[in-house]
Amino acid sequence: MKMAKQHVSTTINGEAIEFLCEPQQSLLEVLRDELGLTGTKEGCATGDCGACSVQLNGRLICSCLMLGVEAQGQQIGTIEGIAKPHELHPIQQKFLEHAALQCGICTPGYIVATKALLEQNPDPTEQEVRYWLSGNLCRCTGYDKIVRAVLDAAAELKGATP
Amino acid sequence: MSEQSTPKTYRSIGTSPVRPDGIDKVTGRANYGADRHLPGMLHGKTLRSPHAHARIRSIDVSEAEKLPGVMAVVTGADFPHLQSAMEEAGESQIDVWDLARNVMARDKVLYHGHAVAAVAATSDAIAEAALAKIRVDYEVLTPVMDIEAAMADNAPLLHEEMRTQGLPAAADRASNVATVIKLARGDLAAGFAAADVVIEREFSTPTVHQGYIEPHAVVADCRENGQATLWCCTQGPFVVRTLTSKVLNWDVSRIKVIPSEIGGGFGAKTTVYQEPVAIMLSLKSGRPVKMVMNREEVFRATGPTSASRIRIKLGANRAGKIMAAEAELKYEAGAFKGSPVMPGCMCVFVSYEMQSFSITGYDVVVNKPKVAAYRAPGAPMAAFAMESMIDEMAHKLAIDPIQFRLDNAVREGSQAVYGPKFPAIGFEACLKQAESHPHYRAPLGANQGRGVAAGFWFNVGMQSSATVNVQEDGSAIVITASPDIGGSRASMALMASEELGIPYERINALVGDTETAGYCDVTGGSRTTFATGMAVIQASKDVIRQMRERAAKVWNVEIDQVSWVDGAAVPAAEVAAEKDLKPLSFAELARNAAHTGGPIAGRASLMAQGAGAGFGVHLCDVEVDPETGKVDIIRYTVIQDAGKAIHPAYVEGQLQGGAVQGIGWALNEEYVYNAQGVMENPAFLDYRMPVALDLPMIDAVIVEVPNPSHPYGVRGVGETPIVPPLGAVANAVHDATQVRFCHLPLNPPRVLAGLQAAGA
Repeated sequence: MKMAKQHVSTTINGEAIEFLCEPQQSLLEVLRDELGLTGTKEGCATGDCGACSVQLNGRLICSCLMLGVEAQGQQIGTIEGIAKPHELHPIQQKFLEHAALQCGICTPGYIVATKALLEQNPDPTEQEVRYWLSGNLCRCTGYDKIVRAVLDAAAELKGATP
Repeated sequence: MSEQSTPKTYRSIGTSPVRPDGIDKVTGRANYGADRHLPGMLHGKTLRSPHAHARIRSIDVSEAEKLPGVMAVVTGADFPHLQSAMEEAGESQIDVWDLARNVMARDKVLYHGHAVAAVAATSDAIAEAALAKIRVDYEVLTPVMDIEAAMADNAPLLHEEMRTQGLPAAADRASNVATVIKLARGDLAAGFAAADVVIEREFSTPTVHQGYIEPHAVVADCRENGQATLWCCTQGPFVVRTLTSKVLNWDVSRIKVIPSEIGGGFGAKTTVYQEPVAIMLSLKSGRPVKMVMNREEVFRATGPTSASRIRIKLGANRAGKIMAAEAELKYEAGAFKGSPVMPGCMCVFVSYEMQSFSITGYDVVVNKPKVAAYRAPGAPMAAFAMESMIDEMAHKLAIDPIQFRLDNAVREGSQAVYGPKFPAIGFEACLKQAESHPHYRAPLGANQGRGVAAGFWFNVGMQSSATVNVQEDGSAIVITASPDIGGSRASMALMASEELGIPYERINALVGDTETAGYCDVTGGSRTTFATGMAVIQASKDVIRQMRERAAKVWNVEIDQVSWVDGAAVPAAEVAAEKDLKPLSFAELARNAAHTGGPIAGRASLMAQGAGAGFGVHLCDVEVDPETGKVDIIRYTVIQDAGKAIHPAYVEGQLQGGAVQGIGWALNEEYVYNAQGVMENPAFLDYRMPVALDLPMIDAVIVEVPNPSHPYGVRGVGETPIVPPLGAVANAVHDATQVRFCHLPLNPPRVLAGLQAAGA
């Protein structure tokens, strides 16, 4: 029953990482259970809630739907890699200022998803934000303050771009 | 009016600063239930019943135990036999006999997903493999899946010994009806005889789940001396300790509960599921054991709230006064007694004055998971029925629906359906805000409609404790055992800041565990800011008293010659002049504490009295697609009396989030069962909760009619906002289509069928 663990070399938050994992383990399980990166959350493990959102070579994915072994040679970005030392990312700052989190379990997924959105669409409309974030479930906020935080973060980031 | 009605000026409360735990929650540092990892930790998994209703003939775990890597297996036989006894659990009561059998089935399984055994192994995969090796011999019984089937003559019985309580005479035979409730006042027949218009309708709502994003998770670690530590996501570490100790028949002092951050609960994390099982597995294996449910288990074996059938008969006169009302409420309890039908009965007519009414409630067991509290338990279904009736009556009488509510609204001095007279309440104020809100007059387009609905929740007080520790750098730490589920650390810090007179940023608010913090009941019942906040206020006052004593000692004056003003001890004018004294600030007194008598810490423990009832009024605009039956929410306004909003942004968040949960209940959410009693949609893809694209911005209007029993006027705010949306949405759909929908959810197939049946 027990299969040999696989050796994987990858890059996580800009750092070269090697890990061993079982072939059936998802990237989410590897991040959380093997690497201790528990900022990425499991809400469903079926790709429906977005709590496990990470970036794969910049693209937004559900880490519960990707195998750990598939990270070989890829660039993975998680919630732990978003703030700079001594400085929150503007998206994180806006989520706090707008009270865009209550329980906070979905928040890492939203911040990663928002980062991916603003990298490809720096000036989204409210409707575009709602469409993009419909892969992330929040049961506490009713989305109002999340959408406002994202629009405000977009405005701030746009203003900061020379 | 009391003095609280005079507007006060505050320096801290009423502002919306960033929460103390904010950085941890936007960076991924915050540790939730499943984030705990201990050396040598085993993985626990639960074997669940494949049948909705069956007798367990035997369980054979011998093959599972032989599997390499399996360290412990438990079944119901490992748990003590308990006598039936009611125990406080969160906001409600639970019979420990039921709780123990819900945690782990004994003789019968009562729903698909009911736990029958559990395994702890060195990996998830081995634990899963071991579950497959457990042999359970079932005698399959007919499942009882709804209220009609459960109440039918000769219905199969879930509990062969259960006799209906609350009947005039003792029941002579067993039944699936656990309790009958009766509330009545006045002469009902005379009331209906005096009515010019009488309407009678029947409503139904499906089983729905709280839908928190974080599945239940626990780590248990039993020590060699028999002590156990639990880390878990819960709304109340003390209630976990109480209930777990009851199931295990242990003293509470054997268990320490450390609450993790909690990823939503909405009432459902006020009981225990895996906690006693994880302790038993840890005890047997001698290793720490972690148990984390998957989403399917959360749907099949935790929560949900009751499906309901409600019949209402309402009579009013031409002048627009309600003359009489009759209601029959039947709520599913799931597999064990204890639906929220009692609060449903207390709430169904609570918003309106009436001289005569009769309310009958039935608590009915069915082969579904045992219901758990869900945000204003029992009230949304009752309000859906009543607010639909109020809307229809207003139309029949050709009276504006807000005016009709104003004409009948309860106000200060009205006698509540459930007995006492209301002190100052904000229902009228909310209705007037709704009436004058631009939303109420905004034009509507084709296929669009507008609905109004009101809601009420009691809110509760209960037990809380707080400690305020003064630090030598002039800051303070506030410790309570009320888990922070929506920003309550910020509220606690704001109230301490207000009392102490030091900046919010100088205060950190923490959530303690059952051994380092004083007793607190659950974060539930909309009680935390009210009741635990009251403890924080009193503990802060205790600090102030000690600081005044220190200043009096330094100045060699009497304590009553020292007052506390703007964060400083101030000498009375006469002694100040006589001795040339300058005020001593909080920071100075904190720094010198070691030289004036030692550390300063304030404490308070209390049973909070005087929780203020919360009323809200919602305005909802919908657009109904006549070809598909799809209902879109195009505008939504929540108006609610908060008493006093301590952190307005988080109050708005409660109003918005509660409204959207209610919108989900109204439009899409339901447990879909097959004929065998198996839920067919136990995943977020098919159990359709609202997503960002489904909604507009939710306008939140905070009304402040102070609660006369609270120093700042605080009422609870968390639960009321889920009460009106079911009716508001249905009334809006009626306005758009002229079809009255009485059965939820209003998903496209149901709405389309209703439109077609009406020939629309």
